[in-house]
Amino acid sequence: MADGATLALPRVEAPPASSLRRFARRRSSIAVLMTLPLIAVIGGLVLWPASYAIWLSMLNRRMTAFIGLGNFEILLDSETFRMVIWQSVFFAVTAVIAKALIGFWLAHMLHHLPARGQRKWRGMLLVPWVIPPALSTLGWWWMFEPSYSSINWILNIFAVPAVPWLGEPWWARISVIIVNVWYGAPFFMIMYLAALKSVPDQLYEAAAIDGATGWQKLRYVTLPMMRNIISITVLFSLIVTFANYDIVRVLTNGGPRDLTHVFASYAFQVGVLAGNIPRGAAVSLFMFPILAVIAFFVLRGVTRRSREEM
Amino acid sequence: MSTTAAVSRDHPAIYHKVGSLRAERRWALWTAYASLIFAAIIMLAPPVYMFLTSIKTSADIADTSGSPWVVHHPTLENYRELLSSPMFLGFFWNSVKVTVCVVVVSMVISVLAAFALARMRFWGSQWLATGVFLTYLVPDTLLFIPLYQIVGSLGLLNSAWGLVLVYPTLTVPFCTWIMIGYFASIPKELDEAALIDGANWMQMLLKIFIPVALPGIIAATIFAFTVSWAAFVYPTAFITTPSEMPLTIGVVSQLIRGDTFAWGQLMAGALLAALPPVVVYVFLMDYYIAGLTAGATKG
Repeated sequence: MADGATLALPRVEAPPASSLRRFARRRSSIAVLMTLPLIAVIGGLVLWPASYAIWLSMLNRRMTAFIGLGNFEILLDSETFRMVIWQSVFFAVTAVIAKALIGFWLAHMLHHLPARGQRKWRGMLLVPWVIPPALSTLGWWWMFEPSYSSINWILNIFAVPAVPWLGEPWWARISVIIVNVWYGAPFFMIMYLAALKSVPDQLYEAAAIDGATGWQKLRYVTLPMMRNIISITVLFSLIVTFANYDIVRVLTNGGPRDLTHVFASYAFQVGVLAGNIPRGAAVSLFMFPILAVIAFFVLRGVTRRSREEM
Repeated sequence: MSTTAAVSRDHPAIYHKVGSLRAERRWALWTAYASLIFAAIIMLAPPVYMFLTSIKTSADIADTSGSPWVVHHPTLENYRELLSSPMFLGFFWNSVKVTVCVVVVSMVISVLAAFALARMRFWGSQWLATGVFLTYLVPDTLLFIPLYQIVGSLGLLNSAWGLVLVYPTLTVPFCTWIMIGYFASIPKELDEAALIDGANWMQMLLKIFIPVALPGIIAATIFAFTVSWAAFVYPTAFITTPSEMPLTIGVVSQLIRGDTFAWGQLMAGALLAALPPVVVYVFLMDYYIAGLTAGATKG
């Protein structure tokens, strides 16, 4: 809101010299008026809560006294929270790598198909992305359920012993990753397919004339042409995966023994369920530096890309 | 040098190479189909299994002797029970109410702002556009605790209107961002022609920009709809009264009662809750995908 006022002021107070300048003035004040709701949303619902979170994180539990960085120190000292940091990083990195590889593979396979058949397959493979993740995770939860597990039933056919999906810490971690990869890989597939389609055919023809093998075409034509989209998608997905809440909440709710908590679910546990709002705010603020670094690179990739297109 | 010489002298080798190229292509096609079929099975297995469970009777679900993937006595009992439960219909109504409000509010905000940012250069407009993109990257899990305090101080905890207030943080930045891209791709000659004909800014927006950028508006609307329908963090944090819950959190928290899970009903509830986005996707797939890829390829 304050931004909007400062934006409008210099223009409004400028003396109306000529009709041209008056026109320009009117145009920019209309523009400010039109962007005012947007500024209100960004300022009031994103910037203000973000700075409020920093203030909150420096209060004591009852929010009566200022304790500086006390919450952060307590968190870093606790074994559980160090586990949460480790688990969040492990979860995000593994899941994003798996999603990127599977998405790349599927996009390639789709690209091989004749154009008419692609639509149908693309439509089918994108279904996991369309179902709200909280709800599809319920389905996965039921498939992982120890006594009725339909996945274990299939594994038994191939003589694989039953897997304690959500009972053992490591299997629980892997289950969370599996569900996230299932949900996110189609998004990568769609992005990479769009990128693959934008690579001009002449480049492949030229490479074929020069005697390039399939691998060389991939390495020296496809990947350089897609580099920008690949990095934007990976970085973007890293942010979303890092901040994921739905899947952990529904599938394991942090268990067994708080070993599958990620930042978001732990912040929820501490801040809302246990009622220690300042410490919860501190937990989620730990995400901020990592997200800021990733966001910087995404922004650089996007501006570079739009400059290329111009 | 030596290899090219060898190939040109040795004609059969060339024919062999051509033949192998065709075989290679056919082989590539088969690999493509094989991996796509495999992927489709994995991608569709959970929803299919949810559906199978939802049409089973409780006795059928509890029976672990046979294959869990076979339905012996299909029944619509779970669906009938849910659709006659006032609680479930209440969740549905809350979701519809919140989603419709949020979609309307965010589309108005983002179309107006995108028009101004794409066409009228003013002091700070470039910064604002960048800021829009950056706020799109701020996840809801970073903001829910301060927002919990803010919504609480406004007395809107446990109210669907609190959700209408905070959901725009999820939808507005992205919608504005892709609308800027769509509006910027409209040729400047169109607005010049309109200005010469004496149109004011509002007429330009309503009669030129909105009709021309309609595909973008549909894509942004679909995005706003899917996101606010699927939102989970905010309702989980802000709503604890069942009567005010939207579907996502309602199904997850209220259909799970005690230790005996009504799995059939739970799966039926989850599928019914997922139905609206899936229906929108089925009918508007191309717009949906355009919106997905627009974030990185436009703007």
